[in-house]
Amino acid sequence: MSVGAALTGPPATFEAWADELARLLRTAEVTVPVDSVLTFVAALDEVGAFGRQAVHDAALLTLIRRPEDHAPFDASFDRWWDGRTAPFSPGDDTAEAEVTVDTDEDLGAGDEHGDDDPVPALRFSNIERLRRADLADCTEDELDELHRLISLISLRPADRASRRRRPRPNGDRVDLRRTMRAATSTGGEVMRWRHTSPRRRPRRVVLLVDVSGSMEPYARALLRFAHAAVSARGRMGVAVEAFALGTRLTRLTRELTERDPDAALSLVAGVTADYSGGTRLGEALDEFVQRWGAPGMARGADVVILSDGWDRGDPDVLDAAMSRLGRLAHRVVWVNPLRASPGYAPLARGMATALPHLDRFIDGHSVASLEDLAELLGGNEPIGR
Amino acid sequence: MAPTESAQPWDPTTPDDVRAALDGVGYLADDTLATAILLALRMRRPLFLEGEPGTGKTEVAKALVAVRGGDLIRLQCHEGIDAAQALAEWDHPRQLLGLRAAETAGSLAGDRPDAEALEANLYDERYLIRRPLLAALAPAAVPPVLLIDEIDRADDEFEAFLLEILSDWAVTIPELGTIRAEVPPVVVLTSNRTRDVHDALKRRCLYHWLDHPDPEREVAIIARRVPGVGESLARQVAEQTARLRTMRLTKPPGVAESIDWATALVSLGATRLEPDTLNATLGAVLKYHEDHQRVTSMGPDQLLDGP
Repeated sequence: MSVGAALTGPPATFEAWADELARLLRTAEVTVPVDSVLTFVAALDEVGAFGRQAVHDAALLTLIRRPEDHAPFDASFDRWWDGRTAPFSPGDDTAEAEVTVDTDEDLGAGDEHGDDDPVPALRFSNIERLRRADLADCTEDELDELHRLISLISLRPADRASRRRRPRPNGDRVDLRRTMRAATSTGGEVMRWRHTSPRRRPRRVVLLVDVSGSMEPYARALLRFAHAAVSARGRMGVAVEAFALGTRLTRLTRELTERDPDAALSLVAGVTADYSGGTRLGEALDEFVQRWGAPGMARGADVVILSDGWDRGDPDVLDAAMSRLGRLAHRVVWVNPLRASPGYAPLARGMATALPHLDRFIDGHSVASLEDLAELLGGNEPIGR
Repeated sequence: MAPTESAQPWDPTTPDDVRAALDGVGYLADDTLATAILLALRMRRPLFLEGEPGTGKTEVAKALVAVRGGDLIRLQCHEGIDAAQALAEWDHPRQLLGLRAAETAGSLAGDRPDAEALEANLYDERYLIRRPLLAALAPAAVPPVLLIDEIDRADDEFEAFLLEILSDWAVTIPELGTIRAEVPPVVVLTSNRTRDVHDALKRRCLYHWLDHPDPEREVAIIARRVPGVGESLARQVAEQTARLRTMRLTKPPGVAESIDWATALVSLGATRLEPDTLNATLGAVLKYHEDHQRVTSMGPDQLLDGP
């Protein structure tokens, strides 16, 4: 069937017509690559361009690759199909990208940070006790000591199997080449089998540190932890990435490679203009997933979010970002400094939203808990789902 | 029409042809899925089916085999799957044995073995263990259906490898050369979406998200798949399953579960869902203890009567 015959209106080529739909979809924030449009045109050649259902299905099957895009697709398709006989004027393709932001200002869950009765400050010269103390309760002197301890934490990320193989005496597969080469010295007689096993590569670790106002008592320590982790990358070929989450998302990896912790942190303070600002956790996480995570950084990685889960944005945005992150990453670990407080329940709206998407939810209030985190990232323990 | 072993290959031209043929083998497809299958066959593109467990993704491949004839070649993906497990692998122990056998035979006959011929012999196809992807490229009267099941369980590296094969329909084995499919197989990939499969792979494919069927279709599916089920029982099962799906259970029941449930009820001789038969057969639908507890704590009467 020739598809060109189906066109009754004045539009130029068939491809141009298909491209109109692609453009409408793009304004609705659906990613539509050019080769998908060509596939769509080829599909129309098979099913014809007359029936609404047939064209709808052909477009759906070729242009859409995520169930989340079904709703914007249906809206764009209706617009495109209903306008198909009208001349396609270039100015006509500005779809109203309806973004209904749920401005739910009623933070009913309550101000849960800040109104916890502060646990009486612990003052022990004993380093062992200090390691377990809540960072929010420590004096400046104690913090200096603790920051030094944090800088000593060494992160050895877990291994993952790579596609390449290396010789190993008790590997799982016969290495014929080495077996035969060894056999040449015994007159072609095979005396010992050589084996290979998969080469190991360190798993990437991505740290997302919440630097908003509610996290202030912990942010400095957590950034030091990030510094210690990022400095490990040069030493062991480890890939550690760090970001600050605030009202925006800021990549800190470069700043944190500065060797001296204090110099690194002042560099960080220079780039995080929103240090101690408000919290837009969902949007910042969404930006991370879109710009960095999905293109590759989060794939197969251990993603660690260090935050109290306090979010003033739209919970749906956070939910969608966390759900996507959960599917991209090997593990998603949430470190919440408030979790250790007696009687803590994840009631903050952001925390409650994120909880179902997590592999691990752990403490982060003390140096000891950060050491546990480093341990967890190196432990390669089986994941819960 | 459902030509299974006829001389003429099955060649549908409209989505309705596809639907009618699948109907003939007991698979009820909706419009979009029928179009997807038609396009996959005519455009020779892989079909990527994503959706909740139990929505009939794997069944599509089986139904296609039932309609077209030919083989079903299944590649079950898992974490750490690699080319050797998916494509082909040399049988090293047999190669060595072959070498020794040739050596012994040669010395008995008293002539020096021809080293070159021996070596060429080692990389003979008979020492090649064919795994699903290579098997799918082999010439066949009816090109096989290649089912790549649960691709979301494999690693990124494997996806990249798969992308190569699905684009060219050819693989290169260094010792044998390039093996190319004369007619590409029909490929169905499925994913439960436990993680996002790379966009590049999806772009090679026709992508279709399979949802749970609407109650009408589910009644029809149950009636078709469960012999001896009455119309009213099938309707009750479909409605209750649909309600269970809205209850945010750990594992919402799929179509496979509603079929199991109806089968269990028919085996018990039930013609209607009553509180006691419901309790007795709930295990066919709910596979988690928590879900089971949650539903039974509501009380069967409430479940049967409505929300």
